[in-house]
Amino acid sequence: MLRKKSERSEIEKSPTGIPGLDEITFGGLPSGRPTLVAGGPGSGKTLLGVSFLVNGAQSLDEPGVLLTFEENAEELAQDVRSLGYDLDKLIEQKKLVVDYVHVDRSEIEETGEYDLEGLFVRLEHAINQVRAKRVMLDTIETLFGGLKDTGILRAELRRLFRWLRDRNITTVVTAERGEQLFTRQGLEEYITDAVITLDHRVHEQISTRRIRVVKYRGSVHGTNEYPFLIDRDGLTVLPVTSLLLGHAAPNERVSSGLPAIDGMLGGKGFYRGSTVLLSGTAGTGKTTLAAHFVDAACRRGEKCLYFLFEESPQQMIRNMRSAGVDVSQWVDKGLLQFHADRPNRHGLETHLLTMHHTVEVFDPDVVVMDPITNLLAVGTSVDVRSMLTRVIDFLKSRGITALFTSLTSSEHSLEHTETLISSLMDTWILVAARLEGRHRIRQLYVLKSRGMPHSDEVRDFRFTSRGIEIEPAHGNGTVPEPTAQRPRKRSRARRGK
Amino acid sequence: MPSDKFELRLYVAGQTPKAVRAFANLRKICDEHLSGRYSIEVVDLVENPALGRGDQILALPTLVRRLPTPIKKIIGDLSNTERVLVGLDLRPRRANA
Repeated sequence: MLRKKSERSEIEKSPTGIPGLDEITFGGLPSGRPTLVAGGPGSGKTLLGVSFLVNGAQSLDEPGVLLTFEENAEELAQDVRSLGYDLDKLIEQKKLVVDYVHVDRSEIEETGEYDLEGLFVRLEHAINQVRAKRVMLDTIETLFGGLKDTGILRAELRRLFRWLRDRNITTVVTAERGEQLFTRQGLEEYITDAVITLDHRVHEQISTRRIRVVKYRGSVHGTNEYPFLIDRDGLTVLPVTSLLLGHAAPNERVSSGLPAIDGMLGGKGFYRGSTVLLSGTAGTGKTTLAAHFVDAACRRGEKCLYFLFEESPQQMIRNMRSAGVDVSQWVDKGLLQFHADRPNRHGLETHLLTMHHTVEVFDPDVVVMDPITNLLAVGTSVDVRSMLTRVIDFLKSRGITALFTSLTSSEHSLEHTETLISSLMDTWILVAARLEGRHRIRQLYVLKSRGMPHSDEVRDFRFTSRGIEIEPAHGNGTVPEPTAQRPRKRSRARRGK
Repeated sequence: MPSDKFELRLYVAGQTPKAVRAFANLRKICDEHLSGRYSIEVVDLVENPALGRGDQILALPTLVRRLPTPIKKIIGDLSNTERVLVGLDLRPRRANA
């Protein structure tokens, strides 16, 4: 799809190699032209540019030149090193030239006419050294602080961008975000081919990075703001607008990990690629049920990714071991991976992006999120629903079977809290506990399960040293009529058998 | 005023009118104010592009006072003698220079 679009557009594009960015630009930055990347301090503009250079030099046979005007050269090297980019190696391989341009106004006196030919000579020399196809100017606006004659400077910058265009060099020009204009010095006046803005917003102490393609002459591009992430793998942009309902609906079934629950679901368990909600009050065994599901998947040799929003992996493994489910063996075998994150550490967008990214890297068959209700700490229920819609959409598109646990706050509203998200779910299992004499009896039932006959019985279960044990069905009729869904039909189903 | 020797380097890129003007202005100033205690080296970046990095040359022409230290840079065609003298520390800097 990506290719088709870029073929259709008329201008040639140079991929940045940044996941997601090439999607929203339908192929990359305009080849042979400058692109302006504007953002505030720490917004990631330098990393974007460096990724563009490194990816070009490493994998696309397009050597690059980094002309940096920043004062702290060591800082740049460190930033980049933390992403695993080895600039020194690329320099050694003659795929990259880094030139530090330093201007100190205090040691410069200006008298009479001058031009910036020295900068041109240096840049040309660097380009010739490696036959560069890509150039990054980071951050050329610094010159405004070093030279007094802005008239000359502006004329020379105009000449520089034309010069780069004439040499067919794909250029990233970073700039500080301005108050009124995109950039402090109005560089967008000279660079009209493509403008990208980066933003780092903090809302209620939660930060989200966003990227937007403001302008892209001669090309279609996504105009929304897209969240992006900077982690040890570099920059990732998440295009989230395509919410299509075109997923395959496999007929294959996967076990819940407990034969009794499989029995309640037409005897075969969940559909592969479907979405399961496991909701209930505190201490009813949601995580243990999830652990059974994960255990079964790993036994089949499938890969599981487990997102923890409350516990640490060690804590979860220990608790499950005491509940009779040993998941640590699957971690050791590389079939199970945990990803623990405090919900309030990031905004929802960042969580979403992290999930995407982690899923893409690990490529699991099964994903568990435990508990999704903790995400309500960072967003309204409407926001969480919209985020989950996107997560589910993404997981379904990859054919991943997903299980979400949800903590219900009080026993009175068992079916209430989840109403917002339940419609997104294919199967909904509810767990609860009731007091009987001096005991607390746990019970579960299937509230809904699309596309399969399922039991409407409420089943008691208990914890044993070998995990959860579900009491035998009372009516012996584990599967009622195909369309039976509501507890009100229970009496009829019982009578029938 | 110390009687140190002035080691000057003038960066240019080819024989442009600005470069020629700058060199002529420089010679004149030096002969008048530094007679017998200066040397001028002209570096043409068109011939030696790699040399631009060492002295951090951006603007051309650039005059670099390599000695006495600290290094001073004066950019432009050196047409304002007063400014050049200030830049070379041969005249005290005026408050509003």
